[in-house]
Amino acid sequence: MKLAGLLLLVAGWTIVVAAVALLPSAGARVGFVLAGIAVELFGLALAVRSHLVLQAEGE
Amino acid sequence: MTPFVAPSLLTLSEVSAVFCLLLILLVPFAGAGLALINSGLGRSRSAAHAMIAALCVTALAALVYVIVGFAWQGAAGRPDHVLMVAGKAWGWIAAEPFFLRGLRLDLSPAALVVLLQMFSVGLAGLIPLSSGADRWRLGAICASTALLAGWTYPLFAHWTWGGGWLAQLGANCGLGRGFVDGGGSSAIQVVGGVTALSIAWILGPRRGKFSAEGMPAALPGHNVVLVLLGCLFAWIGWTALNSAGAMLFLGVEPGRVVLIAVNTTLCAAASGLTAGVVTRVRFGRPDASLSANGWVAGLVASSAAAAFLKPAAAMIVGGVAGILVVSVADFLEFQLAVDDPGGAVSVHAVGGLWGVLAVALLADAGPGGQWLAQLVGIATLLGFVLPLSYGLNWLLDRVYRQRVAREGELQGMDLFELGAGAYPEFDIHGDEFMQR
Repeated sequence: MKLAGLLLLVAGWTIVVAAVALLPSAGARVGFVLAGIAVELFGLALAVRSHLVLQAEGE
Repeated sequence: MTPFVAPSLLTLSEVSAVFCLLLILLVPFAGAGLALINSGLGRSRSAAHAMIAALCVTALAALVYVIVGFAWQGAAGRPDHVLMVAGKAWGWIAAEPFFLRGLRLDLSPAALVVLLQMFSVGLAGLIPLSSGADRWRLGAICASTALLAGWTYPLFAHWTWGGGWLAQLGANCGLGRGFVDGGGSSAIQVVGGVTALSIAWILGPRRGKFSAEGMPAALPGHNVVLVLLGCLFAWIGWTALNSAGAMLFLGVEPGRVVLIAVNTTLCAAASGLTAGVVTRVRFGRPDASLSANGWVAGLVASSAAAAFLKPAAAMIVGGVAGILVVSVADFLEFQLAVDDPGGAVSVHAVGGLWGVLAVALLADAGPGGQWLAQLVGIATLLGFVLPLSYGLNWLLDRVYRQRVAREGELQGMDLFELGAGAYPEFDIHGDEFMQR
């Protein structure tokens, strides 16, 4: 699950970079950057959650 | 992917260069401050280990940075490799030779950048020591620092300060002045902070930190005097770091150093006092350790925007940093079960992210679109630097276990790894917090 969280972080960043590099319209660029950051936050939450689960299993 | 010379080559008069050099020579005070803080917030039986680890990190970071780091980072206006996307050139990594070959080490801007970065990369490397305190092996610390100084740090620093794609967001996309970070809230502090989070995740908590029900135990630092002295050293170093960084990376004139010093001090003051007030309200008395963390978080948050803030705005930046550092430290410990003895994640990662955002919200940093450039920088720190740092340290852990053996934790890092304690004339008592 932590790997999935980290991959989502990278996926969100890829969306952000692609939006900045490829989209000419300011509105679309803002929308996709915010969407990419939302994906990153989801990935971060997943990584944090997996850390909690792994720690509980360890104990 | 072709070598490309960025157009923005900085020039400094000889007087400005000497002034900048003097500022840079004060930057190691920031490292000394962090080393004292890390040592003071750790256990007495790991105090010598914390200080020798700080020295090893500083030494290794400087060596690795000179050997390979600057080759990846470079400086604005010097050769780098670019990717052509939609007809625009985006710099992604510098094209300098290893070992600083061909670079004249005089008062040129590139030489000053090398000197400042040798100190800065050591500062970034000291940050994870705080989250790995009392359980991180010295050999693993050195290996992890080599990865940070040789790859993670130079890559992001090129993007921010070396004329890379984040710096080009203004020219290529019309996003303000591009990603702005004068003193390293992102390139030094957040890079170090997310590495600290990776290390805390990989090492796991100290033995006895969490009960079977997941409740955290208080494991107080052994010497708050060291911590508070470290804050004062850090103040000197940070003021110099913010000033030299703004001169070299943002091209501000030497006269603006006064504003930068005022803003740096105001940020730290507001943040330290706010953290003290918050802990006074929550716990009935001001907490010295958290107030010290608040002070450092204010310094961290000031770095990105100190050259562009009005003094009142600097106080707001500091006040918010003080609230954030206390809240996030509690949240990490109680809700997320992250054992971060020195508060590296809340102070450096969260404080740094807030500093980067403050450029967009409160600073007069130039034309519109700046907020989007800052958001892209934050997205890069979370979406690229954090996975990269975690991945590299996870791989290192597979090859060379980073956490000390159980006996090491029971005995203390000083005796186990160094063979002698920091305070040999005192009796060593059993640890009431340790679950045997």
